[in-house]
Amino acid sequence: MSAVAIEVAGLRKSYGAREVLHGIGFEVRAGEVFALLGPNGAGKTTTVEILEGYRRRDAGDVRVLGHDPSRAGSEFRARIGIVLQSSAVYHLLTVQEIVDLFAGYYPAPREPGEVIDLVGLAEQREARVRTLSGGQLRRLDVALALVGDPEVLFLDEPTTGFDPAARRQAWETIRDLRSLGKSILLTTHYMEEAQRLADRVAIVVSGRIVAEGTPAQLVAADRDATAIRFRLPAGVEADQLPGGLAMSVGGDGSVTAEASDPVRALHELTGWALERGLDLDGLEVRRPSLEDVYLQLTGDAARTSEEANG
Amino acid sequence: MSAVQLTLHQFRFDQKTFWRNPASVFFTVLLPVMFLLIFATIFGNDRIEELGDLKTTTYYVPAIVTLAVVSATMQSLAISLTVDRENGLLKRTRGTPLPSGVFIAGRVGNSIVVSVLSLALVSALGRLIYDVAIPWDHLPAVLVTLAVGAASFCCLGFAITAAIPSEDAAAPMTNFALLPLYFLSGVFIPESEIPSGVLDFANLFPVRHFFEAFFAAWDPATTGAGFEWGHLAVVAAWGLLGLVLALRFFRWEPRG
Repeated sequence: MSAVAIEVAGLRKSYGAREVLHGIGFEVRAGEVFALLGPNGAGKTTTVEILEGYRRRDAGDVRVLGHDPSRAGSEFRARIGIVLQSSAVYHLLTVQEIVDLFAGYYPAPREPGEVIDLVGLAEQREARVRTLSGGQLRRLDVALALVGDPEVLFLDEPTTGFDPAARRQAWETIRDLRSLGKSILLTTHYMEEAQRLADRVAIVVSGRIVAEGTPAQLVAADRDATAIRFRLPAGVEADQLPGGLAMSVGGDGSVTAEASDPVRALHELTGWALERGLDLDGLEVRRPSLEDVYLQLTGDAARTSEEANG
Repeated sequence: MSAVQLTLHQFRFDQKTFWRNPASVFFTVLLPVMFLLIFATIFGNDRIEELGDLKTTTYYVPAIVTLAVVSATMQSLAISLTVDRENGLLKRTRGTPLPSGVFIAGRVGNSIVVSVLSLALVSALGRLIYDVAIPWDHLPAVLVTLAVGAASFCCLGFAITAAIPSEDAAAPMTNFALLPLYFLSGVFIPESEIPSGVLDFANLFPVRHFFEAFFAAWDPATTGAGFEWGHLAVVAAWGLLGLVLALRFFRWEPRG
């Protein structure tokens, strides 16, 4: 297996006159979880469906396991596993039966029973598919994607519509898959999901990748400084706060300081408070999260495209 | 697995899905039986003078066999394929290594098996309840008619699926195409009651010819082996047209 599972360069796609992908490029290395993170309509599903072989691209180079998906046949599809955005299953079969059915499609399938256990449906094995909950149905989708023992897995919004408990369970399953050595391309519009699961993330907005890197890199590259917050101590006026920090005082008495050097800033602030014997109620230091970065980037991109469209 | 093994594998699960679905069992298998019982009850002891003093029940057995085969092929396929297309199952299956030909063969195999069972059931009931002789002498003609008709109406099933926009439209649209033809072609009403101009019109479509081919096998007045090559040629031509349209327009992705 090559060190690169998926290569995409200059990928363009239009539906009619509307161009939805304006030259997307990224690489998924073998064995890593790569997330395409973006709002609805950003072009994530179009990208994934081109890689799965469902859609044709207008321009660009695409290689999945060395194949061009638009021309690849059964041999290629035997090596990939697909979880589509919406579940698609035979409602009248049992979990065991539908996994058996799909296992038969592949040249070297995994043991259906093992796959059912892996996704946590052992208790539902003999249940008809139509009796499953939404979360269980999604896990069945994952089982069907896994049963062919694929090298690359495509998970298109695998947890959309889940309650928090089901989402956490799904994350466990995806982490297990990663430990099996699968390369995984995941799309999501949940920042937390990308942050928790992905080795690397590309943020997609309006058909372009606006940022790419590990979750930590994306956060580090953020222009926003660390935020220090506390409540204005009683009897202290805004103009009595230490002058070395750029602070803003809200009407409710909360103070926010933006610090590019948070260690020094905290030292100065806490020193100031200790000297005066003051408590700093509600003191918190917050590094920007991937969510902050994401919101900023998607906001910027939306503004840019609005300006471009005049 | 070889293509044959894979087809049998797919077929086995299509059979399970078919027999577990009360709607498909009722509309495809039981409804034709119900029609046979109703028509036989209403016209029970009548005879059709224009058709050589034929017993009405002898007329209705091949008529209902025609209805049953068309239901098990064109109608059943159009409905199940539309449902599976709209809920994304066809798209999902396209993303597996399963060759599309094998998937189609599994579904067509399912339709043919149900057709054979329906034909046997209607013939047996006709024999047991109404003493309508099973046309053993014309068995090869019956089987050839079944094969040509089932294959052709399967192709038409794939073709009409391409024209059906949504799950909800599947049953109404196939009924809209077929119900008038059953009336005009003499499947529901003895052809002796139908004006010749209407029959001429019905002759443009495959249901009438398919029925004529079955009718010849059951008609005691038929001499020889009972093969109706002319009628079968028209049915096959329609099947070919369906195949061409299906190849051109059939889609695996949801339209909705």
